[in-house]
Amino acid sequence: MLSYDIVIVGGGPAGLAAAASAREQGIESVLILERDHTLGGILNQCIHNGFGLHTFKEELTGPEYAARFIDRVNELGIEYKLNTMVMDISSEKCITAMNREEGLFQIRAKAVILAMGCRERPRGALNIPGYRPAGIFSAGTAQRLVNMEGYLPGREVVILGSGDIGLIMARRMTLEGAKVKLVAELMPYSGGLKRNIVQCLDDFGIPLKLSHTVIDIDGKERVKGVTVAQVDEHRKPIPGTEEYISCDTLLLSVGLIPENELSRGMGVDMEPVTSGPVVNESLETNVEGVFACGNVLHVHDLVDYVSEEAAAAGKNAARYIREGAKRAEQAGCVELAAEGGVRYTVPKYIHTDRMEEKLTVRFRVGDVYKGCYICTYFDDTCVKRQKRPVMAPGEMEEIKLQKQKLEEYPDLKKITIRIEKGGE
Amino acid sequence: MYDVVIIGAGVTGCAIARELSRYQVKACVLEKCEDVCCGTSKANSAIAHAGFDALPGTKKALFNIRGSEMMEAVSKELDFPFVKNGSLVVCRKEKDLPKLQELYDRGIQNGVKDMRIIGREEVHEMEPNLADGVLAALYAPTAGIVCPFGMTIAYAENAAVNGIEFRFDTEVNAVRKEEEGYVIHTTRGEFRTRAIVNAAGVYADAIHNMVSGEKLHITPRRGDYCLLDHTAGEHVARTVFPLPGEYGKGVLVAPTVHGNLILGPTAVDVENKEETCVRQEELDYLLDKVGHSVKNIPIRQVITSFAGLRAHEDSDDFVLGEAKDARNFFDAAGIESPGLTSAPAIGVWMAEQIQESLQLPVNPEFIPNRKGILNPAELPMEKRNELIRQKPEYGTIICRCEMISEGEIMDAIHRPVGARSLDGVKRRTRAGMGRCQSGFCSPRTMEILERELGLPMEELTKSGGESKIIVGINKDRW
Repeated sequence: MLSYDIVIVGGGPAGLAAAASAREQGIESVLILERDHTLGGILNQCIHNGFGLHTFKEELTGPEYAARFIDRVNELGIEYKLNTMVMDISSEKCITAMNREEGLFQIRAKAVILAMGCRERPRGALNIPGYRPAGIFSAGTAQRLVNMEGYLPGREVVILGSGDIGLIMARRMTLEGAKVKLVAELMPYSGGLKRNIVQCLDDFGIPLKLSHTVIDIDGKERVKGVTVAQVDEHRKPIPGTEEYISCDTLLLSVGLIPENELSRGMGVDMEPVTSGPVVNESLETNVEGVFACGNVLHVHDLVDYVSEEAAAAGKNAARYIREGAKRAEQAGCVELAAEGGVRYTVPKYIHTDRMEEKLTVRFRVGDVYKGCYICTYFDDTCVKRQKRPVMAPGEMEEIKLQKQKLEEYPDLKKITIRIEKGGE
Repeated sequence: MYDVVIIGAGVTGCAIARELSRYQVKACVLEKCEDVCCGTSKANSAIAHAGFDALPGTKKALFNIRGSEMMEAVSKELDFPFVKNGSLVVCRKEKDLPKLQELYDRGIQNGVKDMRIIGREEVHEMEPNLADGVLAALYAPTAGIVCPFGMTIAYAENAAVNGIEFRFDTEVNAVRKEEEGYVIHTTRGEFRTRAIVNAAGVYADAIHNMVSGEKLHITPRRGDYCLLDHTAGEHVARTVFPLPGEYGKGVLVAPTVHGNLILGPTAVDVENKEETCVRQEELDYLLDKVGHSVKNIPIRQVITSFAGLRAHEDSDDFVLGEAKDARNFFDAAGIESPGLTSAPAIGVWMAEQIQESLQLPVNPEFIPNRKGILNPAELPMEKRNELIRQKPEYGTIICRCEMISEGEIMDAIHRPVGARSLDGVKRRTRAGMGRCQSGFCSPRTMEILERELGLPMEELTKSGGESKIIVGINKDRW
């Protein structure tokens, strides 16, 4: 049976950065398993620019951003297998994979980094009433058809959901000659980045209707139109606000779901809010030596943060390999609690002795907050209040925790992060 | 000149076609859609009913029992998924207990075997997720679940192998009686035949009324369903029904043979015979009702909702056999539940009727067995690797949710009565039927269809007709 120190499942931005980082930490035996025919993952179809502002201080397209990491992986001589599907991972970290050359085969890994990314929420999961004709695409599927295959999925388009891919596709379809009639968003705020609303909708005069949803799909064979209605504060359609919009295409950008079927199969504990694994300061799951990073852990909005997080996972996996059995017994562990508008935190647990000098804690808020504070409590003591002009569910937030600071509280049990309103 | 033309390639038409192929016959199945299994047969509860619902003496009762008894053997002969998982009709009110007894008595009269009425303790032990209020249940171990696509396709493929022709995208506009039989006018020309079998589902009244003075009237009775992901598939092991009501057997909760959980159907009479749209109020009703029989259903795991139309005839029974005023015109009309269960029995009976009337000789070359599309996942590792060495496409996964390989999709396209659309591939292989609902695999499946069928991408459809998936190439209007 093949055997590697670290096997990385997924060759997208997370997997690439994790692999490079692990190798830079001196681990020679690293393997990336990728199901597509190239490395780079979803970045390959994201041909718009705006990637890399944080990492490289320049604006790159998705393929360019991916290429930087692919080049690095090649320079470092990291092994990878393409067109290879991971079928199963056992709790003992035995990986069963398959491709057309080798058939079904197994690999034993000392450490596994989960970097499978996410998938789009489909129409069915929303229970949108109506017919089930051709012409309903998730935004990412349409993006692949347009950008990778060169096909136009539709000419008159309504987009449900204002997630980033939907916004990007509104602009993309317009540039390809389609008419995007409307973007409808169920929530009273957009699910995407502010910059995408400006650059992809406002600049092209595409209307965004907040608190609106699609309540019916017309057309037995191909979409003929959709009925859009305003919703109340309970997200229920308001009678009398229905509007029929003729179109041949409905794009859905209604959320991303981490792809954790393999993780569940190997007994990794899940966080219901993110649908990603519960991890500690090392981005390690409850299964020892199994790490997670990128969109499989929680859905990010900027790839730069994926790379950063993945590099940390790679480094931690390398340390796990180096220390092996010598790794310090887990000392007391601090739990992170998300409260008062904070929906979750990654990580969820911190072993102070194992944390880096500075640890990034990422989270999302559940509503739009203006002029509010991110407050950090060590047990009942508020240790930090950071003002943010605006926070929104579409934009991931982060705070940094200092190891030194945690060590000042030897009996610390719980760190709470919550949003608090005004007042100094 | 055909001996027999069968109108409709649903499960009934395909079962009749297959049974008819036991005889030497020149026969053809006409279907208005692009594939078999495109109407009621693709959107139903996928249940093989035990047979206690129908009133004794009705054709529904008779054919249900016969079909139920045949199902296991047929599923082996034709290699389609069937599991005898048993069913429970649950009762939540003291005062309704007599109704349970009534169903039991009816089942006994109909000839259902091994039924039992079981009490609170036993039923909750059997199904721990039943709603707390369930007091008792009628347990019928002979009930089962079946793959309705797999079953219809199996019948069609076996019929085709045994010489029955299939014509798709062929809609019947008129039927004219002539001296020696019938002339059928369709969107794809005329067909002359000695005999006709009317298995046209919700349109069977229209077809019947073209030749017969004794009019039929079919009401499409829509039923909405929700399908949940595999993660919910073990929520119940048996099919759980409420006590039946005026409009049928009520909203059930059942596992599927593929490990999903199905909820439904509702029942609404509609005018339009194409009205397969799901309605919000029906979904709301459905999701409320299922909670009365089964608790803690993980509704968040819903991956799709869909609607089917039952072909409800005014007589409230199957209309089977030769029309009184139209010689050699055989109806299989009003086939609503338990139509799927009854199909094997209807097929056999109808073929016998036709054989008697046309005096068809036995087909000595009839091949009774059919092997389904190879499922590499069921092979041990060595066998699977041997297969991949022979045909590497079995090593490339296209549908990552259901783990379906390129090889299986190619098989689905090249089978007798093969797939020609995304939905055709989906019904034969399950590619695209999983939790992402074809988001990832549809572009790749399209490439395979394009390559294997030699069709341009622009012509590929989701399910035939105008259901084209792309509308052009980039910047083609510039």
